Amino acid sequence: MSKVDDERGVVGERRLLWPSFALPGVLWLLVLFVTPLYAVLAMAMGVMDPIFGDSLPVWNPLRWDPSTFQEVLGELFTGQLGVVFLRTLVYVAVATALSLLIGYPVAYYLARHAGRYRVLLLMLIIAPFWINYLMRMLAWVNLLTTDGYVNQILMFVGALDAPREWLVGKHETVILGLVYGYVPFLILPLFAALDRIDQRVIEAARDLGASPAQAFMRVTLPLSSQGVLAGCVIIMLPMFGDYYTATLLSGSPKTNMIAKLIEQNINASAGGSTGAALTIVLMVFVGLLMTYYLYSVARATREARS
Amino acid sequence: MSAQADTTSGKTLLARLQTWWSNPWGKPRFLVLFTWTYVLWSLVPVAIAVLFGFNAGRSRSTWQGFSLRWYYQDPDLSVLHDPSLRDALVQSLKLAGLTMLVATPLGVALAIGLARWSGWGSRPANFLMLFPLVTPEIVMGVALFLVFVYLFGFIQLGTQAQLLGHVTFTVSYVVIIVRGRLFAVGREYEEAAMDLGASQWQAMRMVLLPMLTPAIWASLMIAFAISIDDFVITAFLMGDQSSATIPVKLYSAARAAPSPALNALASILLFASMLAITVAILVMGRYRKKEGAQGSAVEDFARLDL
Repeated sequence: MSKVDDERGVVGERRLLWPSFALPGVLWLLVLFVTPLYAVLAMAMGVMDPIFGDSLPVWNPLRWDPSTFQEVLGELFTGQLGVVFLRTLVYVAVATALSLLIGYPVAYYLARHAGRYRVLLLMLIIAPFWINYLMRMLAWVNLLTTDGYVNQILMFVGALDAPREWLVGKHETVILGLVYGYVPFLILPLFAALDRIDQRVIEAARDLGASPAQAFMRVTLPLSSQGVLAGCVIIMLPMFGDYYTATLLSGSPKTNMIAKLIEQNINASAGGSTGAALTIVLMVFVGLLMTYYLYSVARATREARS
Repeated sequence: MSAQADTTSGKTLLARLQTWWSNPWGKPRFLVLFTWTYVLWSLVPVAIAVLFGFNAGRSRSTWQGFSLRWYYQDPDLSVLHDPSLRDALVQSLKLAGLTMLVATPLGVALAIGLARWSGWGSRPANFLMLFPLVTPEIVMGVALFLVFVYLFGFIQLGTQAQLLGHVTFTVSYVVIIVRGRLFAVGREYEEAAMDLGASQWQAMRMVLLPMLTPAIWASLMIAFAISIDDFVITAFLMGDQSSATIPVKLYSAARAAPSPALNALASILLFASMLAITVAILVMGRYRKKEGAQGSAVEDFARLDL
């Protein structure tokens, strides 16, 4: 009897204790994560200052003015914005496909065959995570300058007669930069998924007469599909918000991605509203990807708990 | 005679390579070559960039001998003596150090709270914690910029705003790291302590916190590494050039004012984050060994949802 009372007492104490641990963090995120997101909305639905011509946010939803937002949406499908948006989609799609082509074999080898090199390889593959992204782009700027090593090697081999200007408005350079920048982030979730596959399932497929190719296509690939999807989402999210790769590796408006327009507009006093509206378009767009990712994380967490 | 010996050794090398390649029982040859080529491709450009930080001359594409000129010897242009480069280094270290000290306690408390609190509100709080991880950085950058300019006007753009922004996006990483450890430890030890007469608070302080130590160390180091690595949010919340960090400096100078001193600055950033990560891995590895766990700490790191 007294034991029940004890437990009840403990439960009562816990009910206040644990939320109070979470409280500072939750408050922090409400003030500095949720409120700022609302500020984006208030800015996108904001008005122009009649005297100075600046964009100003409107905090009261009842007074929101959707005209800037409508303008941006209209341009997105017809005007100049549409071109940039489409270019962003193409860059991200091509870079993700290439990353998958490069990342899958690497993750597969690491998970299944690396043997005694496993930890060493894993360290080398994780290393780019902790090398600054801009440093990695700077490395390519050095290599791709007119008298850089890439031109020197290509001319030595005979693939080029004269040095090529890689760093001025070249689509292939920007895509190379995106792939180089983001492929490590795809390899790790893929590795985790491939590593989880029970070796015996594949052996069973082989015992039952599947060729290595069949076993791969019918067993390994379907079992790793979750990892493929997670890896692609993980690299697509930051790619859609990337403006620095194109600026560093090309610096031409011809290769601008959508995030570049956001950055330019936000930093101009009159463009705040347009910039915020574009940010919302971007958010809605990646929202679908995010929802999927959160869903898969939540499922993985549930599995880990049980 | 010697020439003949050379050709035979050349032949045997070729023959050995051929048997290695066509041995059907060995590891998949294509994957071995592919993976190591990938590793070289991902790291060699960065290694070259680090190397040119030690170049004796001004070029970033022709090697002119080893020197520490760009680190400290040059009286005007080295990292130590060029005020804009030195200030960026100081600002980076200051910001990362402060972020680490604020985000870690906040995140540890949030992780404990979220892991143990199962009442009303715990699910939305968990969801809120995951959200910053999947929000593109540019969205957070724009949102924080707008909120500091238009709503929280009492916070200056610059170091203050940057610190608040950095803590906001590092806290979730801390939670993920600590939460993993909390699930691994379970509640049994605390319950045992409480059965033996410890109060809830004593059980937490004397049993749970010591068991969380490795995760807390890892959190400190990773918060430091993530903060020092950040570019987008830092750039949006920068008041003027005095609050530029190393990544911001790399972005603005890589094309406009390239010099080996920039490579030296980037290399210092690289060494700092590598040091932080190595410490984190070593600490986790030590604790793992003490507890007799299998595998390596590097693999634990690879499985973190970063």
